[in-house]
Amino acid sequence: MEETEKTEVPPFTIEQFYKFLLEKRIMAAQCEECGAKFLPPRPVCSNCYSRNLTWIQLKPKGKLVTYTIIYVASQRFQPFVPYAYGIVELENELRLPGMIREVKHEDLKIGMRLEVVFEPTVTEEWPQWPNYYFKPLKQ
Amino acid sequence: MKGKPLVAVVSAGLSKFGKMEAFTGRELFVEAVDEALQRCPDLDPRKDVKATFIGMMSESFEHQGHVAPVLSDWAGLLPAPAIRTEVACASSAAALRFGIFSILSGVYDVVLVGGLEKMTKRSTLEATEFLGMAADFPFEQWTGVTFPGLYALMATAHMHRYGTTEEQMGMVAVKNHHNGALNPKAHLQKEVTLDDALSSRMIAYPLKLYDCSLISDGASCAILARPELAEKYTDSPVYIIGSGQGSDTLGLFQREDLTSLRAARKAAREAYEMAGVEPKDVDVAEVHDCFTIAEIIAYEDLGFCKPGEGGKFIEDGIPMLDGELPVNPSGGLKSKGHPVGATGVAQIYEIFLQLTGQAEKRQVEGCRIGLTHNVGGSGASCFVHILKGG
Repeated sequence: MEETEKTEVPPFTIEQFYKFLLEKRIMAAQCEECGAKFLPPRPVCSNCYSRNLTWIQLKPKGKLVTYTIIYVASQRFQPFVPYAYGIVELENELRLPGMIREVKHEDLKIGMRLEVVFEPTVTEEWPQWPNYYFKPLKQ
Repeated sequence: MKGKPLVAVVSAGLSKFGKMEAFTGRELFVEAVDEALQRCPDLDPRKDVKATFIGMMSESFEHQGHVAPVLSDWAGLLPAPAIRTEVACASSAAALRFGIFSILSGVYDVVLVGGLEKMTKRSTLEATEFLGMAADFPFEQWTGVTFPGLYALMATAHMHRYGTTEEQMGMVAVKNHHNGALNPKAHLQKEVTLDDALSSRMIAYPLKLYDCSLISDGASCAILARPELAEKYTDSPVYIIGSGQGSDTLGLFQREDLTSLRAARKAAREAYEMAGVEPKDVDVAEVHDCFTIAEIIAYEDLGFCKPGEGGKFIEDGIPMLDGELPVNPSGGLKSKGHPVGATGVAQIYEIFLQLTGQAEKRQVEGCRIGLTHNVGGSGASCFVHILKGG
């Protein structure tokens, strides 16, 4: 009985995504029935309605799909302006958006290779999610 | 079935848009309803209006929830039922659509639809925060994107894929400010030059201040009636002959195509099909120019031009007030203003004026078919309506 508890699959939730992120892992869900992949994960496949899902780990690097440089931000991010922000395509055509740091803004280019930098700290208040950002991949 | 009137718009009203210091949202709503009632003296509001549908995006602006009955009360429509619809910046197009459905269902003969937002009491930072709530919280808001930022991501992608330019986006701003200068209810009634637009300060590259719509206060309403009853209330009814709606992922990053809105294409297809109308038949359109790139993408999603040719479409002058297909004669969200919840029905108000020849200095001559295109957030919701003059 103890063994089955140990191997129990973590739930396919946003909270669990962030638990993995704290461990510096980007995890997506894959449907065992139809093969659809979800980032963030979701508990039921929205393609075929199956609950037969599995976790897949993604390499923390990808290429820049599009970007912007933000000069007016929300309260929490205003101290960082101006900052670059983009959508990055990881493996399996799965994408994540986020800030791009450690880059000169004039060097930003669609298609450039980026890697994920994990920030495994959380605040006291809800939602207690860690964050991440992207930086240019060193060759 | 095609082209059959779904409902008649027998009247419409709009508050002044702008920084309306002295007024709360409910007072702006009363101003809009009052105009609609004045235009429609044969309507007895308390007796004839059977229900109210109101779009509003955020209770955060005025710290006021449960707003529908308050607005119905202030407008003198109690005890008829009132309900609020919310799909971000498309909230009042949703109110319109459900107003249409309520008549089509046979339950009601006459309903009032409208919308409002009272935004300017808040600082720009607060407004940015509240509007930002319409983006995905865990993956967009939490990682630092803003609404201008989301449209900027689309703009960069559009420029990269199709060669669209910052100048072409600036031309949309110039056009809409030209039109808005002719609209006495517009928030910013002033012309701007391309130079002004291009040299304005950066908000989210490549979008500059003049690529962004305004944070405004305002309210809108329209009175809908079963088509057979229209002539009881007005000599010049306008008919809604097509209504379409689509949804998409809330997260922009989850969409395959960043240069087009799938929800808009779906809504347009549905509305054109229902109306038995093609893009070339449209004489005048009000589209959701929350950012200039959004108007360029709208030209493409609505089939006014091919994908990727939206930049050329404005450069060729086609959507100008005196062009082949005038777009946003009201001044659009850019110049008329964008009190988000009011916008969808404010577009209906403009098309109502245009199709009944009441648009004064910004009148598009000889228009018969009008279209409205209202987008929620970064495109997770979109509505298209097609209207026909009597």
